[in-house]
Amino acid sequence: MVFDKKNYAPGTHPDLPPPPGTVGVVGWLKNNLFSSLSNSILTLLSLYLLYLLIEGGLSWFVVDAVVNANDKPGCRKIGDGACWAVIVKRFDQFIYGFYPLAERWRIDTSFFLLFIAAAPLLYPDIKFRKSMLIFSCLYPFIAFILIKGGVFNLLTIETNLFGGAMLTVIIGVTSIACSLPLGILLALGRQSRLKLVKLLSVCFIEFMRGVPLITLLFVASTMLNYFLPPGTNFNLLIRVIIMMTFFSAAYIAEVIRGGIQAIPKGQYEAADAIGLTYWQTTRFITLPQALKISIPGIVNTFIGLYKDTTLVVIIGLLDPLGIGRAALADTKWNGLSTETYLFVAVIFFISCFAMSRYSLWLEKKLSTDHN
Amino acid sequence: MSFNLLKIWRNEKSREIIVQIIVLIIFGWFISWLVGNVSGNFEKLGKDLSFEFLFIPAGYDINQYLISYNNRDSHLRAAVVGLLNTGLVAFFGIIIATIFGLFLGVLRLSKNWLANRIAYWYVEFTRNVPILLHILLWHGIIINTLPHPKQAIDILDVSYLTNRGFYIPKPIAEAGIELFYLFTIIAIIFAILFNKFSKKRQENTGKQLPVFWINLMVIILFPFIALLLNNFPISFSIPELKGFNFRGGLHLSPELIALTFALAIYTAAFIAEIVRAGILAIHKGQREAAESIGLKPDKVMNLVILPQARRVIIPPLTSQYLNLTKNSSLAIAIGYMDLVATLGGISLNQTGREMETMVLVLLIYLCISLSISSLMNWYNYRVKLVDR
Repeated sequence: MVFDKKNYAPGTHPDLPPPPGTVGVVGWLKNNLFSSLSNSILTLLSLYLLYLLIEGGLSWFVVDAVVNANDKPGCRKIGDGACWAVIVKRFDQFIYGFYPLAERWRIDTSFFLLFIAAAPLLYPDIKFRKSMLIFSCLYPFIAFILIKGGVFNLLTIETNLFGGAMLTVIIGVTSIACSLPLGILLALGRQSRLKLVKLLSVCFIEFMRGVPLITLLFVASTMLNYFLPPGTNFNLLIRVIIMMTFFSAAYIAEVIRGGIQAIPKGQYEAADAIGLTYWQTTRFITLPQALKISIPGIVNTFIGLYKDTTLVVIIGLLDPLGIGRAALADTKWNGLSTETYLFVAVIFFISCFAMSRYSLWLEKKLSTDHN
Repeated sequence: MSFNLLKIWRNEKSREIIVQIIVLIIFGWFISWLVGNVSGNFEKLGKDLSFEFLFIPAGYDINQYLISYNNRDSHLRAAVVGLLNTGLVAFFGIIIATIFGLFLGVLRLSKNWLANRIAYWYVEFTRNVPILLHILLWHGIIINTLPHPKQAIDILDVSYLTNRGFYIPKPIAEAGIELFYLFTIIAIIFAILFNKFSKKRQENTGKQLPVFWINLMVIILFPFIALLLNNFPISFSIPELKGFNFRGGLHLSPELIALTFALAIYTAAFIAEIVRAGILAIHKGQREAAESIGLKPDKVMNLVILPQARRVIIPPLTSQYLNLTKNSSLAIAIGYMDLVATLGGISLNQTGREMETMVLVLLIYLCISLSISSLMNWYNYRVKLVDR
């Protein structure tokens, strides 16, 4: 400690520097990693764990890994790490499935347009929002025509050629877009004063939430035709999308119901007092507040739905996981399950992590709290 | 006339009734349309609605069963075997997930930056990858990277890890084991009663007993004494390599391990976040107040934070347990014979009765979910804070 020998008038003494070891790198280390004995042990254990991970992971993932080979024995001849060749050779399939090579620009275009269409919905204060929203409304039709074809000299592509990440995005985006309005209606139905409407909504929601999605997909693939007029037979992809929509609508309904219930009673009393009708109250009072509160929950449901699209592989659609399993069934790549599944896992991690970050950002942006 | 109609419409009560009648008519029409379609389709295919198939022999094998089963048993018994297998995975999955999830949750709250970050990235990576991928990945790792039984990974010469599953020693009860069971039950009952007693004592006198340690001692010691009294009536069947595979011991199939493990670590990531959010939800004034009246850190946690956090944690925790149980239906992707794979899979394909089998599967899951969520509602009602 440095003590100044000069005399200062009260209040004029310059600030002393902080004690050494409490600021800077050393201070940070001391406070965050070695503040106590147990903390130091935890730090050392964590470091050891990291060392094991990096040492083992790096050699398997990168150093000993093989990218260029024609089959698994070819891989093993070059190195005994990961055999990424299986991904490299089938990369196109992981993205486009079996969509014809010459027509893939249509997928690229609709994917690109998706971002333009989604921008005004995702970023509330973007420029030209109004005019962009018109495009967003038109987008589903544009995308459908582009991807499926059949008009304007575009070749019709059968849906059984759809696959890979493109299929995930199609199922995910369509179900998400359809399930939000349905979920809002169900949530309002569940809170309705009309006993019958309430009963029907509760039954639907509880049924959908009570059974595993995979059984619903089985229903879609084996049983749904019984409920339709004899002779109708419609596309498996559409049946799957309908089921996914119903499934996530039930979950979204519960999230929004939570939001509706969180609105203080005074809001409704005020709305009644100024004579708003039920639909005016819903439109101007209930939903704007309820939706804002439920955004994190809604995005979480969407992430769940997006992850759940992998289940379609069990009823025979070829999403990235299905493409991966098809590759593994090939005798050339037999047994490379770790590489394949890790690659698909990383695809999902990137998209889901991005969505959850977006949700955090939006939550902060919309927050009107005073802190 | 039109004036009267308008008047009826403007009256809130009568309008509600009219709207409900309209909804009822539409709904009734929809149901009758569905029923008509189903009966039309059944007639066209020459089928009928009948559950008699449940009692004819199933004719397929199930590689893992908790109650005795062979392929001459009925479809009903196969379904029960499947349901029990679902229960088995759910039970162990929930236990492992809870322990691991609590551990991760504590790490996420830790002030140690490094441990905190590792737990954070673990949680983020795990929960942003679909559960089906977790299951397939672990199954693939066991099947494709573990060695053949001949070169099995040997743990202390009693357990072996192979690509055909894990082989561990199997305890076999011998004469005199009854006392062990009896003492275990007595120890558990004692622990519950002692817990109640000490809670009451604390409320009345403010004095605390080391309940956890005493109970732990009792639960370990009592059964041990029982074993000692009867000269250890337990023997172990140790797995041994015979020919190309292991004999004896307990065989845990790769499917069972992969499924339980994947479900557990996936759910643990969610549980960790629930625990963390629950503890952070307690207003910091509570902690400050507890510290200012001189409670030690562990007392602050046990007496002030946890009792309040429990109210926040338990509802989402139960729904995670429910999710784990429902996710166990993905067993079908790796060939583990659970309810969906038996009744909704092979039985469906063999009998061609899509309607009946799927309805049964859906109803069973629905029963499980609804009973758990009604339990949950009861709990919520009991612990709810009373407000306006």
